[in-house]
Amino acid sequence: MDAVLGLVLLFPLLGALTNGLLGHRRGWSKKTTAAVALLGSGLAMVAAWVAIGHWLIHFGRHHAWYVKLFSWIPTLWGQTTSGQLAPFTVDFALRLDGLSAVMVFFVTLVGFLIHVYSVGYMDGEGARGYARYFAYLNLFMFAMLTLVLGANLVVMFVGWEGVGLCSYLLIGYYFTEGWCASAGKKAFIVNRVGDFGFLLGIFLAYKVFGTVDFAEIGRLVEGNPSGYEGYLNAVGLLLFVGAVGKSAQLPLYVWLPDAMAGPTPVSALIHAATMVTAGVYMVARANVVYRYAPEAMVVVAVVGGLTAVFAASIGLAQNDLKKVLAYSTVSQLGYMFLAAGAGAFGAAMFHVFTHAFFKACLFLGAGSVIHALGGEQDVRRMGGLRGKLPTTYWTFVVATLALAGIPVFSGFFSKDEILGRVFAAGVGDLHGYGRVYLGLWVLGVVGAFLTAFYMFRAVHMVFSGQYRGEAERLHHVHEAPATMAWPLRILGVGSVVVGFVGMGKAVTFGADVNWFEHFLHDTAPVVATAHLSLGLEWVLILLSVGVAGLGIFLATRFYTGPHAFQTPQHLTQRFPRLYALLANKYYVDEVYEKTIVKPLERTSYFSWKGLDTVAIDGTLNALAFFTEIAGDFLRFLQTGNVRNYVLWILAGAAAFVVLLAV
Amino acid sequence: MIPVSWYLVVSVLLLACGLVGLAVRRNFITVLMSVELILNAANLNFVAFARQLGDVAGQVFPVFVITIAAAEAAIGLGIIVQLTRLKSTVALDAVQEMRG
Repeated sequence: MDAVLGLVLLFPLLGALTNGLLGHRRGWSKKTTAAVALLGSGLAMVAAWVAIGHWLIHFGRHHAWYVKLFSWIPTLWGQTTSGQLAPFTVDFALRLDGLSAVMVFFVTLVGFLIHVYSVGYMDGEGARGYARYFAYLNLFMFAMLTLVLGANLVVMFVGWEGVGLCSYLLIGYYFTEGWCASAGKKAFIVNRVGDFGFLLGIFLAYKVFGTVDFAEIGRLVEGNPSGYEGYLNAVGLLLFVGAVGKSAQLPLYVWLPDAMAGPTPVSALIHAATMVTAGVYMVARANVVYRYAPEAMVVVAVVGGLTAVFAASIGLAQNDLKKVLAYSTVSQLGYMFLAAGAGAFGAAMFHVFTHAFFKACLFLGAGSVIHALGGEQDVRRMGGLRGKLPTTYWTFVVATLALAGIPVFSGFFSKDEILGRVFAAGVGDLHGYGRVYLGLWVLGVVGAFLTAFYMFRAVHMVFSGQYRGEAERLHHVHEAPATMAWPLRILGVGSVVVGFVGMGKAVTFGADVNWFEHFLHDTAPVVATAHLSLGLEWVLILLSVGVAGLGIFLATRFYTGPHAFQTPQHLTQRFPRLYALLANKYYVDEVYEKTIVKPLERTSYFSWKGLDTVAIDGTLNALAFFTEIAGDFLRFLQTGNVRNYVLWILAGAAAFVVLLAV
Repeated sequence: MIPVSWYLVVSVLLLACGLVGLAVRRNFITVLMSVELILNAANLNFVAFARQLGDVAGQVFPVFVITIAAAEAAIGLGIIVQLTRLKSTVALDAVQEMRG
């Protein structure tokens, strides 16, 4: 049965190779290409679910299913920080346990749905572009599943780089447009900063633990937590640098909004549901390191909390529908890190899980709107689409309610779990940083308000009121075709129901039905914090629901009815600077441009024109020039007359004799 | 027994003849012969000292030298044949093809 886990990786890889090497070259028809891609991702989904079933039956959720596919890096010996000789071996091994099972479950499901959606969405592309698109998409599935199933840091890193590559390729899918190509490059280069940290983290982990296997590291740290003091913080922080890059946190979030240059299903799959959550998954995977590294945990929480509010505030003033969703993703990823930093790894993963459904649904809904309007993305030129796009409207609203954290919808359970845990960490004075956690909790609540506001602003600007764009586009508006509508419906239903698997104790009045947390208990246990009373928990729940409701209420007041847009306009006139600050995303891109990009460009230009052309090429050319000059003179010695040479030889011999004599 | 110095004198005379021939003659064949004289001067030294010191190794060396000299003569004569075909001469001054 071990092969089944390998098949999960093999199917999408085969799909990618078939479409990329054969379909693209030979120009297969779109139907063939789509069939291959759907088979690749669909069979991966079936194999993944069979594997999960097999694991649950034969191993049970308390044990991991470890499959060594092949020995990758043979034994090398190295010295660890404690002076021991440790063998360095890396097996290409997969590991299915609670944590990876959750990821594999939704990655394959959402991935397959988005493949189906893409069949309709990308219909306007040529046959070769179609094949290229699906080859990349299948390759992404392969890389993502490698990342998730990898049993050690190195295999995870392979997947990590693989998803980064696919992200780059798909952001730059419309590479003939200069801005799409540079968005791809931006994503790749910013991620390189993070990956550098991740790589250093892997090196340090090996140096400290003598192994890169997750289970081994866990055993070592659990066995002797004080033995690794100091190193754990360093390992945790370095790994987190990687997570910051991949999951678009402050200060490396800048690539994600630009990544919206790619096709919308790509934004849904890679830049919302799966790849960007890899950072959270990695932190949860390495939770044993973080649990004994209080400072690293606080850093994770602070970065997460700040990003959550920062990105949400930018989302208030964006007019590009996909940009709103992008900043929302950055903000929600912040919540996940906030949870992980407060020791609630299970809650972080739960939000990853629910977020995958409602954010994928939102992006696909946005894609449906953009598709219907023939490429229009500016919400100022939309409106009144509710009647024209009923399926899109309803699924979008459901997912928005989930994102805003309204009860019954999935996001409510996960976001509430996060805020509750952070509050508990604050009250319980976790690691002595109680005040920090309390501050972060306040940020989280503010973020919840902002989230509800900007999402309903977007909903109203797109679907309510009067259509404000060109009449010509409205004429062509059509509801999504079946291949696009069904993924929307399924994800819409998912946005409602998936929350029920992880209901917190307070919601169910003390009944312990939080299956999700139990499921993850062996792989990502929660750090013990203060126990909150049921009453206090309810106060917190009502508070977060209250602020979300307030956000929805204000957005509805501002953007619907006869006085729509008056208050926001009034506010922008009252506070022009604040508005400009938000609309221009706090000028972060401009600051980076001035402080990092330009100096780098200047250094590169100097290295090119100054060091390379003048110094290196100059030295070589000068050497060649002098050699040539010397040759010009010395060639007169080469007379071609043999008797001359004889004389030279005799002279040499005579000189030698004289030398010997003297 | 004839002292070794006598042999050395003969050897020096041979060497001198060879060197002068090498330097002044223009005929390629004569130049080759001069080279042979130089080599044989050295051979004579080897044999003389081998006899003096009673060491057979010195007797063996000239055998090698003669072998190599034969090879050298073969190549040299080959070049001369080609030269006469090209330029109908064996004068060294007539060829300066390799001038830099």
